Amino acid sequence: MTAITENYQAIVISFVTAILLFVVSGIGSLVLGTFLAALRVGPVAVMRRAAGVYVTSVRNIPLLVVLLFLYYAGPKIGVTFRFVDIVVPTGWGDIRMTNAFATAVVGLTLYTSCFVCEAIRSGINAVPVGQAEAARAIGLPFSGVMRQVVLPQAFRAALPPLASTQIALLKNTTVAIAITVLETAYQLKQLTDANPGDRWWLLAVFAGGFVLLVEVVSFASNRMERRWRVAR
Amino acid sequence: MSTSVLFDAPGPKTVRRHRLYTVLTVVGLLALLGLVGWRLASSGQLEGDKWEVFVTPAYLERILVDGVLETLKMAAGGIVGAVVLGLVLGIGKLSDHAVVRVPSWALVEFFRAVPVLMLMIFFFSVYGIYNGDSGPFWCVVWALSLYNGAVLAEVFRAGILAVPAGQAEAAYAIGMRKTQVVWIILLPQAVRIMIPAIISQCVVTLKDTSLGYAIAAPGLTALARPLYLEFQNHVPVFLVIAAIYLVLNLLLTALANVVQRRFVGEKKQLEVSAVGTADQRTV
Repeated sequence: MTAITENYQAIVISFVTAILLFVVSGIGSLVLGTFLAALRVGPVAVMRRAAGVYVTSVRNIPLLVVLLFLYYAGPKIGVTFRFVDIVVPTGWGDIRMTNAFATAVVGLTLYTSCFVCEAIRSGINAVPVGQAEAARAIGLPFSGVMRQVVLPQAFRAALPPLASTQIALLKNTTVAIAITVLETAYQLKQLTDANPGDRWWLLAVFAGGFVLLVEVVSFASNRMERRWRVAR
Repeated sequence: MSTSVLFDAPGPKTVRRHRLYTVLTVVGLLALLGLVGWRLASSGQLEGDKWEVFVTPAYLERILVDGVLETLKMAAGGIVGAVVLGLVLGIGKLSDHAVVRVPSWALVEFFRAVPVLMLMIFFFSVYGIYNGDSGPFWCVVWALSLYNGAVLAEVFRAGILAVPAGQAEAAYAIGMRKTQVVWIILLPQAVRIMIPAIISQCVVTLKDTSLGYAIAAPGLTALARPLYLEFQNHVPVFLVIAAIYLVLNLLLTALANVVQRRFVGEKKQLEVSAVGTADQRTV
């Protein structure tokens, strides 16, 4: 128990780092994933194929390999994020958003956007073709069909799988331990190495933190789902 | 694309515009590939001696035995453990007795919410650190079993619930007990629906074996460091490792599709969301 009371500041900082990773790459993956989905359902066959190849290959490679590639192999071919250097000093310790943090954000975004793309695509596929036909039949132009009929339904149908991808992203922030981002898994490892007697308490605190965060995200998504549910 | 909900069948003007987009995309993609190739070449990553290691028999054997075989062993162990645990927890969640149902539910929710990597690190500090070479291996297998077991529990539950209700009612009507109904009537039919979802979960398990990197477990990712330290070929090493994972996972996906077609037919694949499902129904 002493390991927690003495190090609560470092634990909180590690969770803040993980949440920052989650928020930044969450927004990034939603943007990039939507773009990929637009390519995949678009009318141009080459774009569909290219996006399809990208999604299939990246989603079948472990996130850890993606991160290690960016961190160790990237600099060899001139891909670095050294220009990112933000250190936020707080009373409890620094939040370091530097090279490793930026690499983790890019890796998490690239990886998660593939799953976001698939979620959005399944949402669009869930809209019956008859809906668009009916919308065109009453004389709506293409933009009207999209804005008023297809996309609202597609987005609502895509909400539950999208929430799943974001929850997976939240848990995947721990993988950034491999490229020395000082987040939760890193802190857990440090503290269990230093205080082997307190490891059950440490697991309870760190696991409890994640259970809490996951419940917050899934509660929010459930509320949105209920509010926007399409009656069919 | 005339069957798409998004577009009408294109007219002559639109067809021409799409051709223009096609040409522009191809040019853009070729330029991107060229840029990547030029970067690789100008930084010397395409030189023969950086790739030679992957065709050298001694190293090839190490990659296949220490890398692929160990990875597959960990993934297989994880999946076997997960299926057993998933069966127990899945049926537990459907139990009539709250004494069984509530703990099963709590275990499933817990192990789905906690990152696998954290479980590995914890097991490593409890067990792996004291057990030499085999320690990290078993930590990975246990962590994967617990996490994927919790996910598969939902698959089993959804699979059993997907069997038409009349089947169970008919079985009760001819006087079967609940245990018999589940084991003789529901499970055999549910397994057919579940197999594709279980194979898909194998892909997740295989990818997650890479997380053993953090606790120095064997496997493909563990090979990266000694290789690139010896040959200074960071880019080729990670490209080859990524390619091996990609091929293995595509094979598994193809297997899942074949099984889906043979056992389930054209019916939709069983969908199981990650965490926090709204309906917690029981049989």
